[in-house]
Amino acid sequence: MTQPFPFSAIVGQDDMKLAMILTAIDPSIGGVLVFGDRGTGKSTAVRALAGLLPPIDQVASCPVNSASTEACPDWAELSDTSIVSRPTPVVDLPLGVTEDRVLGALDIERALTRGEKAFQPGLLARANRGYLYIDEVNLLEDHIVDLLLDVAQSGENLVEREGLSIRHDARFVMVGSGNPEEGELRPQLLDRFGLSVEVRSPTTIDDRVEVIRRRDNYDRDPAGFCAKWQAEDAKIRADILAARSQLDQITTDEAALIRCAQLCSALGSDGLRGELTLLRTARALAAFDKADTVSMDHIRRIAAIALHHRLRRDPLDEVGSSLRVLRALDALDTPDTTDDAESPAP
Amino acid sequence: MTDLPTGWDRLGLVLDCFLSDPQGLGGIWLRLRHGPVREAVQNLLADLPRKICPIHPNLEDRALFGGPDLAAMLADGQTRTTPGLAAKSSMFVLNRAECATPRFAARLTQMMDQRTHSIIALDEGCDGDDTPPTALTERMAFFVDLNPVSLRDLHPLLISPDCKPAEIDDQQVQALVQTAAELGVSSLRPVTFAVRAARILAGRDGRRQVTDADLRAAAALVLGHRSLPEDAPDIQDSSPPDQNDTNPDNDPAEAQTPDPRDLEDQLVAAAQTALPPDLLAQLAAGHRQRKTGASQGSGDRLRHNRRGRPKPSRPGRLSAGKQIDIPATLRAAAPWQKLRQRPAHTHLALRSSDLRIKSFENRSDRLLIFAVDASGSSAMARLNEAKGAVEILLAQAYARRDHVALVAFRKDRADLLLPPTRSLLQARKRLSALPGGGGTPLASGLHRALIEAQQAQHHGLTPSLILLTDGRANVALDGAGDRQAAQQQSNSMATAIANARLSAIVIDTARRQSPHLQELAHHMQATYLPLQLADAAGISTAVGGILDASG
Repeated sequence: MTQPFPFSAIVGQDDMKLAMILTAIDPSIGGVLVFGDRGTGKSTAVRALAGLLPPIDQVASCPVNSASTEACPDWAELSDTSIVSRPTPVVDLPLGVTEDRVLGALDIERALTRGEKAFQPGLLARANRGYLYIDEVNLLEDHIVDLLLDVAQSGENLVEREGLSIRHDARFVMVGSGNPEEGELRPQLLDRFGLSVEVRSPTTIDDRVEVIRRRDNYDRDPAGFCAKWQAEDAKIRADILAARSQLDQITTDEAALIRCAQLCSALGSDGLRGELTLLRTARALAAFDKADTVSMDHIRRIAAIALHHRLRRDPLDEVGSSLRVLRALDALDTPDTTDDAESPAP
Repeated sequence: MTDLPTGWDRLGLVLDCFLSDPQGLGGIWLRLRHGPVREAVQNLLADLPRKICPIHPNLEDRALFGGPDLAAMLADGQTRTTPGLAAKSSMFVLNRAECATPRFAARLTQMMDQRTHSIIALDEGCDGDDTPPTALTERMAFFVDLNPVSLRDLHPLLISPDCKPAEIDDQQVQALVQTAAELGVSSLRPVTFAVRAARILAGRDGRRQVTDADLRAAAALVLGHRSLPEDAPDIQDSSPPDQNDTNPDNDPAEAQTPDPRDLEDQLVAAAQTALPPDLLAQLAAGHRQRKTGASQGSGDRLRHNRRGRPKPSRPGRLSAGKQIDIPATLRAAAPWQKLRQRPAHTHLALRSSDLRIKSFENRSDRLLIFAVDASGSSAMARLNEAKGAVEILLAQAYARRDHVALVAFRKDRADLLLPPTRSLLQARKRLSALPGGGGTPLASGLHRALIEAQQAQHHGLTPSLILLTDGRANVALDGAGDRQAAQQQSNSMATAIANARLSAIVIDTARRQSPHLQELAHHMQATYLPLQLADAAGISTAVGGILDASG
């Protein structure tokens, strides 16, 4: 396979890039949903992400990419227990994939040839500690969606079939992309994505020309083009790693917590998942900005991507819900004085 | 290159370009029906220097990507795998591309995105509504409609795909970007293709620099069929486009007139020269065929309706009409092989208890076809109430994940405003843009709805019809203002709907209950529901009840 298009060479699409970087910093944010028209660079960005992510250390022969031999599942037959550094897995989940393929199933081949009952790990095993990419996620079969929801929630894949009783870790960041014109996503699944971004084609001619130019250069000489952007990518990668190590040191003051809660209650988002995501995302952004504490500005910058898909939605509502999030923020901000003092709850 | 060849010669040109850079250009979408021309095309493709592997939309994953070869493994007990077609060939001819499911297309597009494979899609769709999934066609540079080509146009084509792509300068790239923007092509993928095509076209003629003629040709070949004046998004503004459905006769001048956006004059001039001369003719041709494009994705989805959840296979006996689930059967048998097998006997030992039978829980999606009377007699106020009623139902449809389609009838005709879709936003947009006035061609409206319902049934949906009218049919099927004929025709159309076993509801929007409509509902074997008696909630419960009973 050829080298993927460099992440830093993607023109514009700042929301999408930021969202992906933030989930790379803190995987517990819980995935990114990218909705937008065709040809806006959705797939390109996800595949580029694969090239950007820092490598992980894992047991060489572990089917679920475990970090240490103790963490490997007991059914795994480890032929090589040395720790190696591998690229973060980014696993494609194609449409029309079967349940067996996702969860894993009895290894027919071995059962037939050797008469052994062995587990053949599925895509979820391969995606452990990495990314699971679902293109056209809104077209995915419902029963597969249900499976994914279960596993994404528990972080563990349980297989009880054909006399197998297997469990293994399946912690992954779901990245979904789709075209909203082709169908809506089920609300249950929508809520499961931490962040959601809407992408559009670049709107100015200059940007569009730049996209075409870079793409053309990449196509003519992928290796040379990637080499040119390598430094930029490396910088982002270093920033991600730095942010990861800083994440624990970020403090969140009371005012920020209150603001998150106020915002969510003003918008009427269901459950507490909204607040948690908002907070985690703001913290990841603060870490990425090399700040010590979460500021109102951090919250403002990620409020739309963290919340707009969680609003109780009027299916016929035409105005973008991102706008509603920003309006709610503005409404909360107005009683504020110019300094960052927090107004009492209304 | 100013006069671009058409038909058969265009195929030659396109093939020539495509084969110069198959991975970069993605593919060719050929529209042609079964016949001698198709055979000629297939012979042509078979004779190409590149090996092109034919595939069809029902190809299984194992055939495409390879996998364990069960037959060989059973035969000799060794681990065997077969390489898939993907490993054998890097270029596919996809036959019957219009039948490709979105999920099959997803597999192909994955390969196309990784630039390992390219595809020539043969699309045998006959009328506008059958096209390959847009995910696929979007990734193919060229489109050639070979249906107008007749047998005597055929002649041997000389394909010599060997050229060095020429250079293109920034201004020329800009011109292509601009052209695409003006044509309403919002995706950037086609522009990439156009750039490549221009470079190859120039290289083909031995030039080292792309000329304006190359740009024109590339724009016509790559962008021409994608331009869609109907919902051209405004590139500068990025606000959602206004749906301008009432203007199906796309005025070619519109496409070419530069919008008064604050673009540099020079760019506009460059873009204007980049507009190929025969693009406008193409617009007209392309428009008809792309008309269903707006909701194409869902259209495809409908055709390949959810087949319901596959339930776990069950142990059972094989009998007629049952499908054996081979993998499950093998899985059931596999653990016992050691026990069952005598030494030196390596064949699979199956017992009847191992047999697993496939079972599916078939559940068809529902389609609500709204036939809305927008005539003058329905008057503005009533029309708005009708729209309100439809919106309530749309919200319900959303909750139930039903598909909706919208047929409106006024003056002398009925139009399908919205092909079946799940995108309710679109349904609402079209509805609110619906103008009123004119006669009541009730029969035409019913006819259109019936056609739509039957098509939906072919696609595996369960259609239901919801008719909103005040019932005074006064325009006959042929558009003449003959009240009596109109009544008669609408009644017989109603009977036809009843015969087609469509569940239907007639919502009477008139101020007084209309005996005509009650009669019509009787013919249709539909439930009659006067709107003035029903408030929003009433409609919901009534419709919900009827649908649940029918579905």
